[in-house]
Amino acid sequence: MRQPVPPLESSASADTVLAAEGLGKRYGGFVALADVSVAFTRGRLTAIIGPNGAGKSTFFALLSGAATPSSGRIRLEGADIAGQAQFRFARMGIARSYQITSLFPELTAHENVRVACQAVHAPARRDLWRGRSHYRALVEEADAALAQVGLLARRSRPASRLAHGEQRALEIAVALAGRPKLLLLDEPTAGMSPEETKEMMDLIARLATERTVLLVEHKMKLVMGLAERIVVLHQGRLLASGSPDDIRVHPEVRRVYLGEGRSGRG
Amino acid sequence: MTSARSEAHEPTRAQRWRVPLVAAVLAVLPWIAPSQALAVNILIYGLYATGFNLLFGYMGLLSFGHAAFLGAGAYGAGIALARFGVGWFGAIAIGVAASGLLAVLIGALSIRSRGIYFSMVTLALAQLVYYVAFQAESWTGGENGLRGLTVSSLRIGPLSLNFLDPTIKYYVIFGFVTAALWAISRLLNSPFGATIEAIRENEGRAQACGYDVRRMKLMAFTLSGLVCGLAGALDALHLSIVPIDTLYYQTSGLAVMMALLGGAGTFLGPFVGAAIFLLIEDSFSLWTSHWQLFVGAIFILAVLFLPRGAWGTLVAWRADRRA
Repeated sequence: MRQPVPPLESSASADTVLAAEGLGKRYGGFVALADVSVAFTRGRLTAIIGPNGAGKSTFFALLSGAATPSSGRIRLEGADIAGQAQFRFARMGIARSYQITSLFPELTAHENVRVACQAVHAPARRDLWRGRSHYRALVEEADAALAQVGLLARRSRPASRLAHGEQRALEIAVALAGRPKLLLLDEPTAGMSPEETKEMMDLIARLATERTVLLVEHKMKLVMGLAERIVVLHQGRLLASGSPDDIRVHPEVRRVYLGEGRSGRG
Repeated sequence: MTSARSEAHEPTRAQRWRVPLVAAVLAVLPWIAPSQALAVNILIYGLYATGFNLLFGYMGLLSFGHAAFLGAGAYGAGIALARFGVGWFGAIAIGVAASGLLAVLIGALSIRSRGIYFSMVTLALAQLVYYVAFQAESWTGGENGLRGLTVSSLRIGPLSLNFLDPTIKYYVIFGFVTAALWAISRLLNSPFGATIEAIRENEGRAQACGYDVRRMKLMAFTLSGLVCGLAGALDALHLSIVPIDTLYYQTSGLAVMMALLGGAGTFLGPFVGAAIFLLIEDSFSLWTSHWQLFVGAIFILAVLFLPRGAWGTLVAWRADRRA
């Protein structure tokens, strides 16, 4: 199933969905991210790892449109989209999940997903008059996303009344809404028990078979068996990128990341 | 204990019947209310509170300046009638348009801030409108209010209705209020209604999902202003004068109280709240001039013990029993 990946590839090809080119972000005098170039290939699961303060969150924020880069470009299927509003990123097909569950608490599980489907469906989004049920396709799409994360039985329950693991799954379903070109997942197993973590990883593996997924993860061990490609950030810079096997033996990575022990977060 | 305030994607029976239900009650209101005048006030202030609730209950934005829109509707219609001799229907349209324009303006300035700052900006801008109306005496009548806009008959095609007849007046206003409620109900059941609820629940996520939150806020603000403007225009026709108090900040507070008393975030709550408030005012002011003391006490008790409001508590109780 998994195709062999050429080591340390970084140039964009026709199969590139999203590409960061010389991406940088400064906050005042602090350089959070500098000159990072990575291309994300269609249909692949790429993991971004790095120790605390490596710039993962900043990189994620830039790719999802939550923050504007200070330098560099973000190309979605070739077109530079850096600097656009976050809602435009979503409409162009870049969906994200949140590390800290971020749902619509009083809306039902189904409505959480349906409202996210509606956001990227222009005719529905602009409609002030017809009933919500007029857009049958969105209702079905929302149920399909709920089914994929195993929450269909809970569809009528308010998000605030779901168990923690279920809320994490709903978080993914909301990101799946509207069939994005690229799914950005921000530490989806944060705060999860080992069993929940296992379930979430299985879910991500299932989703990744037919999608382009970008996974930010602190726990390196988790992504080694899952990702087809790993990007390592360190102190705001790109340290290495390649297949899990390459990364495992990469001397720099071993020094800064594996060598630091298991003392990190999570 | 939370119950889904959200509208289901299929309108529930309650959602389908809420407008006919309130219309049926309002249709017989003149015969059950202590006075005809009170019944008309319930119509007008019920609509005013419902318009306010569009922004407060459904979008989560607490405006302390909605008197400006009630006032803009009233003065817009009143000035059209008294100074330009516009027909009654045109005057209502002008009043609604005036408040809509004002809402776009105040909305654009105030949605830049959040939380209490948003409330303060709306309050300050509404006070600005109050002082402008206060000073522009030649247009608004200043302190004495706007007079000379008596509408005695309404011509609708070949039909001529005697607007001085309290019953006819009531049913004309009833017609406008019911039509507005029907439109608001549709709006809330539409995708737009879902959007503003999502923004109330989690603005950041709504943005990340692909909603232009600022634009949606401005739209909801404007629609809310339009509804309150219609209430104001109807009030001008009803009273035949526009008192300067219409624009005073206490009128803004009235909308907040009515929505909270009945239940913000429910469709009928603000209407119920307006009815409760006006009934208390009507009955207590008969035997004491300190009636506001009683209204205040009841309001505090309601907020403490019925935080969902009178109607909101009923709705939540029904939802909990079903779940």
